[in-house]
Amino acid sequence: MSYTIEGSTGTWEIVVGLEVHAQVISHSKLFSGASTVFGAEPNTQVSLIDAGFPGMLPVINHECVAQAVRTGLGLKARINLESRFDRKNYFYADLPQGYQISQFAHPIVGEGSIGIELSDGSTRDIGITRLHLEQDAGKLIHDQDPKLSLVDLNRAGVSLMEIVSEPDIRTPEEAGAYLRKLRQILRYLGTCDGNMDEGSMRADVNVSVRHAGEPFRTRCEIKNVNSIRFVMQAIEIEAARQVEVWESGGTVDQETRLFDPARSETRSLRSKEDAHDYRYFPDPDLLPLVIGQNWVDQLKASLPELPDEKRARFQKDYGITAYDAGVLVAEQAIADFYESVAKGRDGKSAAAWMTGDFFAALNRTGKSIDESPVGADKLGAMLDLIADSTINGKIAKDVLETMFETGETPLEIVERKGLRQVTDTGAIEKAADDVIANNTDKLEQYRGGKDKLFGFFVGQVMKATQGKANPAMVNEILRRKIDG
Amino acid sequence: MSLDLATTRRIAKLARIGLNDQETEAVRAQLGGILGWIEILNEVDVEGIPPMIGTSMNTALAQRPDVVTDGNCQEKVLSNAPDRAGPFFTVPKVVE
Repeated sequence: MSYTIEGSTGTWEIVVGLEVHAQVISHSKLFSGASTVFGAEPNTQVSLIDAGFPGMLPVINHECVAQAVRTGLGLKARINLESRFDRKNYFYADLPQGYQISQFAHPIVGEGSIGIELSDGSTRDIGITRLHLEQDAGKLIHDQDPKLSLVDLNRAGVSLMEIVSEPDIRTPEEAGAYLRKLRQILRYLGTCDGNMDEGSMRADVNVSVRHAGEPFRTRCEIKNVNSIRFVMQAIEIEAARQVEVWESGGTVDQETRLFDPARSETRSLRSKEDAHDYRYFPDPDLLPLVIGQNWVDQLKASLPELPDEKRARFQKDYGITAYDAGVLVAEQAIADFYESVAKGRDGKSAAAWMTGDFFAALNRTGKSIDESPVGADKLGAMLDLIADSTINGKIAKDVLETMFETGETPLEIVERKGLRQVTDTGAIEKAADDVIANNTDKLEQYRGGKDKLFGFFVGQVMKATQGKANPAMVNEILRRKIDG
Repeated sequence: MSLDLATTRRIAKLARIGLNDQETEAVRAQLGGILGWIEILNEVDVEGIPPMIGTSMNTALAQRPDVVTDGNCQEKVLSNAPDRAGPFFTVPKVVE
């Protein structure tokens, strides 16, 4: 779906690249043995290395390297068997060392790609430029004192993966789809929890505009946007601003900007005078990181099934639609739940119940799939009761509802409430006879050509049996009696 | 190689070191001397030798297992803080 801005000088398209900082899931930090657990007492999860004490030496965490490689493999990217660490030098209160250890010229992961899908069903590949490992900074707290900022270094030194996309993104929707897909892949891989609220995934957004066919124009970088919705908004707002600058005869300066959702604007973060000069140089404390192809192959063999493959398999093995498969693989936990339900049962029916009444009930009760009072075994048992004609689909909706309330098994509910489907021909015939006898006028109209009245008779018979009659049998018996 | 004054001021600014004009000139001369000395390395013939970083290139980068072995030393970490508030370092307000 194209997205353009109509200006006074013609049509503008937008060019977007994203730099995502994803916090690596690990017990300890990238270069120190301090814990990474979120929310601890300030400055307790800090080693003397993280605090930038003189003479302390960094030693790399093997698991963080493995996580970066796993992520690279998940992004179908080139793994660089030799990579290096550099110092990125700048002064800021959240950076006790005065430099961030990062990877500049030789990242651990090179080019890859992410396939995204848009609301109109179209798909695109967005290129990945690189992924590198680096240290996170500490946290500054500004609202506790009028004159001071407070510094908590618990996060300082935690391992981040910076994942840089090519400037392939052309619409806010594509940016949103890219971030959701990236987060989904990271969660499947177990390399980042993707939790944007806690800051474990943050995005820097590079935006420029141009007329179609032009080379790229100057871009601006919007720093640290912390939700997907805000990324999409920031792109729209920044692109509109740049079009206005160009069309009023100005030039867009390359600069870092901040997105302010409350005011729906972006504004300049640093004056040009302070433009950064990071003076990268190889960190003399760290030798090149050399990994073996054998080890990379082992990691590759141990990767879980990723969303795209799982989705294709669900369509093939369970005969469900691409759309339903997409919904069911959105999260690993949902996919696992679905497979438990669908295994040995009708996959289509399992998908319909899960994406329909089951998700609706979860939404209504505000529960995640892990907190569902109805487990996969119980939902499966309910499908079995439908399949063996113990209950019909309409009654099953009520049974599911009750399962959410009481946690009983479907069979317990069916027995307690007497919901067994009526398959006794005699009982249904009697109900049908009564309905016909009481509605002779309708019968006449029906026989006179009002075909639609058949539904009325079905409804009346179902009502007379408290919804428990087998619908197929009701149809058959009524046909025989009134079509007669 | 001689260093000009503008570059010297820029280096001082990036290093957050305040210099008056007299000091800038002195530092310019000193840094120029250091650079000149380092430039002797340009005389070495490195044709065909791959670039190296560090001097112990035969050793592999040491890696550690992902285990929590450090931290929980809040008082030590804060011991050199010029100013603190409870468990926090404090700095003059940083406003973006």
